[in-house]
Amino acid sequence: MTPTPQGDAFPLTRHSVVAAAQGRDPEERSRAMDAITNSYWRPVYKYVRLRWHVEREDAEDFTQDFFSRLLEKDFLASYDPAKGKLRTFLRTCIDRLFMNQLRDSHRQKRGEAAVHVSLDFEEAEHELAASTQNGSAEGYFEKEWVRTLFALAVERLRVQCQSAGKTTQFAVFERYDLGDKDSRPSYAALAEEFHIAATDVTNYLAFARREFRRCVLAQLRDMTGSDEEFQREARSLLGVEAK
Amino acid sequence: MKFLPDQVVARLQTEMQTPDLSGTRYRALELLGHGGMGTVWLAQDSILQRPVALKVLAAENSSADLAARLMQEAMVLARLEHPGIVPVHDAGTLADGRTFYCMKHVEGQTLDLYARKLPLRERLRLFQRIAEPLAFAHSRGIIHRDLKPANVMVGPFGEVLIMDWGLAKIMPVVASSATGQAPQHAIETDELSSSATKAPAHEFTRAAQDSLSSEALAPENTTAHGTVLGTPGYMAPEQKRGEVNLIDQRTDIFAMGSILQSLLQEPSGSPEGESYSRPLRAICAKAMSAEMSARYASVQELAADVGRYLDGLPVSAYRENIFERTARLVSRNRVAVVLVLAYLFMRLLFILFSRR
Repeated sequence: MTPTPQGDAFPLTRHSVVAAAQGRDPEERSRAMDAITNSYWRPVYKYVRLRWHVEREDAEDFTQDFFSRLLEKDFLASYDPAKGKLRTFLRTCIDRLFMNQLRDSHRQKRGEAAVHVSLDFEEAEHELAASTQNGSAEGYFEKEWVRTLFALAVERLRVQCQSAGKTTQFAVFERYDLGDKDSRPSYAALAEEFHIAATDVTNYLAFARREFRRCVLAQLRDMTGSDEEFQREARSLLGVEAK
Repeated sequence: MKFLPDQVVARLQTEMQTPDLSGTRYRALELLGHGGMGTVWLAQDSILQRPVALKVLAAENSSADLAARLMQEAMVLARLEHPGIVPVHDAGTLADGRTFYCMKHVEGQTLDLYARKLPLRERLRLFQRIAEPLAFAHSRGIIHRDLKPANVMVGPFGEVLIMDWGLAKIMPVVASSATGQAPQHAIETDELSSSATKAPAHEFTRAAQDSLSSEALAPENTTAHGTVLGTPGYMAPEQKRGEVNLIDQRTDIFAMGSILQSLLQEPSGSPEGESYSRPLRAICAKAMSAEMSARYASVQELAADVGRYLDGLPVSAYRENIFERTARLVSRNRVAVVLVLAYLFMRLLFILFSRR
């Protein structure tokens, strides 16, 4: 199983990606699982590393195993959106699976997951080292979830801008909003750097931020379990009345 | 996928919270503050080239009920044209779905900050000025319900503006309210807040109909009896109990009493001086009576009592004894008393020397 390429919008035929993953259409289910894996593997891997203090290789195995089981064992069938957030459900599944594996000592040997998910653990390790880890592992999982949401939305925006011939808009956004705070350039400097008028910087940023907002909402839809959860998250996390 | 450091995630989250002003004439400049319902942004009106304030429904509050409440607040403000009430310019829904309204950008300080530097008598005059727009609102049947020092702004020239009418309630305006009597509240009419039941058609007096269109302001819903809205410390007992049906202008008078009490506090905290005079304490106590019927019937009466105190006249809230009355009369007529005493003294000297 290979995660959906970054930024490739998941063509939802159902309102929620979870509903698609729980559906009967194998193709749609597979794509839904790709979307979930793509959105959640980083928070899962980092959470396992922090919560259970496991070695890198074991965390990699566990993450592979978790997403394989998610697909094979139909974990999501027992998820009820009315009872809680998708990410809380997944975190509970992680804890339960980990405890079961410890108890039964039947952990699969490295690389034996029935379905191998192509995941860049090397990159995740670098990210883990670069991020601050204060508070509980649960809090960290939530924080990583938000980080992943935004990071995937940035990828969506990049792909979208590329295909629409608006790479400068994305570059201005990337330089101004995604750069280091200390080296944040002025509008004038950006105008000079990209050979555009200063007023264009304002317009480009406004465009990119507006599109980014849409990308975040699209990504959020892939990462929530129900329309209610999606609406709630959109309101509390992003400050928008999602449509 | 590009890794986003914590500070970038935080910045993007803030960016997402920034209202999407695309398609409007406004450009967000900076976040001025957070209110109960939303955020207030300093923005530039690109057509009129002037700064304005935009009140935008907060993300976590963007329910249909609260959006309706914010819009009702704008509608109330639009109809309360008074120098002491911030004027609203525009209202609508932004591209991101959030409700907003645009109002005059008020530069100044909140009452608590501004009053700190003033002597007591200046603070009391300031209090009288707060009563003016409030009396105007009451005459239009609007009860503020969230009066507190933080909701009163004092401009650079000492002008007073009452802000944040988001919890306001519209009352039936009866003739008695114009004459300073407590309004009858047999009928619970419009509420700016909302819940589940549809409000009936309401009748306003002719005076009220002139300024407030019941059709325009009648919300879909009313606040349920039992709903507690307001700020602890400034809420009247009936408000704390959620007795929405009982709320009238005397509820605001209670809050005004609390504001007066806070204005009487000396910045030093010293329990000395005029601010602890019995008449002033009595005015506060009357305004803040637990029994609604024991409070001032109108905000004009309250302001008038403060005015009487400032003029050295007896206040209605306090019955003074003979000594206090004498002391007040002496204090009020110092020059005349000195002249009379001087005359009597001279007369006495004249009598004494003339007998020798």
